Amino acid sequence: MRKVYVVGVGMTKIDRHYDKGFAELVHEAFVKAYEDSRGAEPEAVVVGNMLSSSLYQQDSLTALVADAMGLRGRGGFKVEAACGSGGYAFVAGYSLVASGLYDVIAVVGVEKMSDYPTARVTSALAQAADAEHEVIYGASFPGLNALAMRLYMKIYRASREDLALWPVRMHEYAYYNPYAQLRNRITVEDVLKSTTIADPIKLMDSAPVGDGAAVVILASEDMAKKFNDTPIQIAGVGLGSDALDLSSRDDLLKPLSIVKASEKAYRMAKVESKDIDVAEIHDAFTITALLCIEGLRFAEWGTSWKMIKEGRFTKDDKPALNLSGGLKARGHPVGATGVYQVAEIAMQLRGDFPGVKASSPSIGLALNTGGVATLTSVVILKR
Amino acid sequence: MIMSPARVWRERGSRLRLEGSRCKKCGKMFYPPKPSCPYCSSLETERIELPRKGKVISWTIEYTVPEGYRAEAPLVIALIELDNGVKVLSALTDVEPDKVYDGMEVEAVLRILWVEGAEGLIVYGIKFVPIQ
Ligand SMILES: [Zn+2]
Repeated sequence: MRKVYVVGVGMTKIDRHYDKGFAELVHEAFVKAYEDSRGAEPEAVVVGNMLSSSLYQQDSLTALVADAMGLRGRGGFKVEAACGSGGYAFVAGYSLVASGLYDVIAVVGVEKMSDYPTARVTSALAQAADAEHEVIYGASFPGLNALAMRLYMKIYRASREDLALWPVRMHEYAYYNPYAQLRNRITVEDVLKSTTIADPIKLMDSAPVGDGAAVVILASEDMAKKFNDTPIQIAGVGLGSDALDLSSRDDLLKPLSIVKASEKAYRMAKVESKDIDVAEIHDAFTITALLCIEGLRFAEWGTSWKMIKEGRFTKDDKPALNLSGGLKARGHPVGATGVYQVAEIAMQLRGDFPGVKASSPSIGLALNTGGVATLTSVVILKR
Repeated sequence: MIMSPARVWRERGSRLRLEGSRCKKCGKMFYPPKPSCPYCSSLETERIELPRKGKVISWTIEYTVPEGYRAEAPLVIALIELDNGVKVLSALTDVEPDKVYDGMEVEAVLRILWVEGAEGLIVYGIKFVPIQ
């Protein structure tokens, strides 16, 4: 396999963009990525998206996206892995260049969520779960995560207050990130007093509904050196899955998809969890953050909540986690999120992330997952 | 969700009779039924009918519900461990949401989930009720 580099990144602020459709969002992010790469023109496009079919009745999204980028004629595909679509799309894009099929490609994450009422969006997001055996009973995506959260609090004796610390920290970081959706500071009390969505999950445990697009341009070694002085190398990638349903999982609190994806990525990059300087993890809900931290081996099973309470994983720690504000506050345009994460880690390694910076990191990681940690990708980048 | 008569008929085993699977190689039982064993990768499983009693091991009270469930909200969605150790995710019914507790004993009942469209296709499923 050939070496592959990130040569350009671009993203839109995540927001309720009532004035922008898929094409406008992708265009804005691509213009930034193209300029950032100093003119690396993609030969193919891989799109990460979850909801265009269910909410917008729009398939063939790759054609729409290529046209919006001024790349009519180029081929590619859309990758769907629910909220993990962006990370899965990134790994697909990586392999197109690693294999030698293309020299320059664009990975595009794009999602529109804000046009429809909450019940419609809740239904569309629930499609990530087992339709035949879970969704049919009215189980929602927050509801399924709430089952895991209650179990976590019971088995590891964590209190509801303990689990309110994470969202407070995410809002604090997002305050400094110009691309973040929720740039207001909050307190533990705000979290506990917020509306209950699916007990014990509160509104402020949950990522907001928003629209956004992010683009990462990838290139082979020869092309990367031609276009960019500070290309970031993709050192490792890994994919994993767990049962679609929660019923048949051996242990709901040890998601197989995270364990498998991270093992593969660590092995390929020849690093261990202790080598990671900075990471973006998938905190769609507070409980998801804890499962990611433990599955990545940044903490032993059942201890991440204590480490957060002790002030670990902050900007000067190793690893520093979610300096963007995470899904919780940067925002979570579901199928686009994984591409945002990789773009943010690339900027952290280059030293030009426009928000809270990690202290001169050299190895970064992005974990994106769909469903209740049902489909996970892990990407490791090196300066 | 949109149902069709063929789908209701095809999915009757797991949704009307609480059928799961047993692996022909390692013997492990699980729900929902699957043609291959998730634990030992054997490609041969057989259908079995599961016990109808169990206990709640986790639950949530959903206030924000998917489309079509507004009238029933809040919903109680629970993870139930049946008497033989197999876990099933379903809804609790005939229960006060704030009276649900860890370890609560429940039993499977057949209920109408909804009636669909002008033709009146009735979608049934298995919910759980507290054992008095
Ligand atoms: Zn088996």
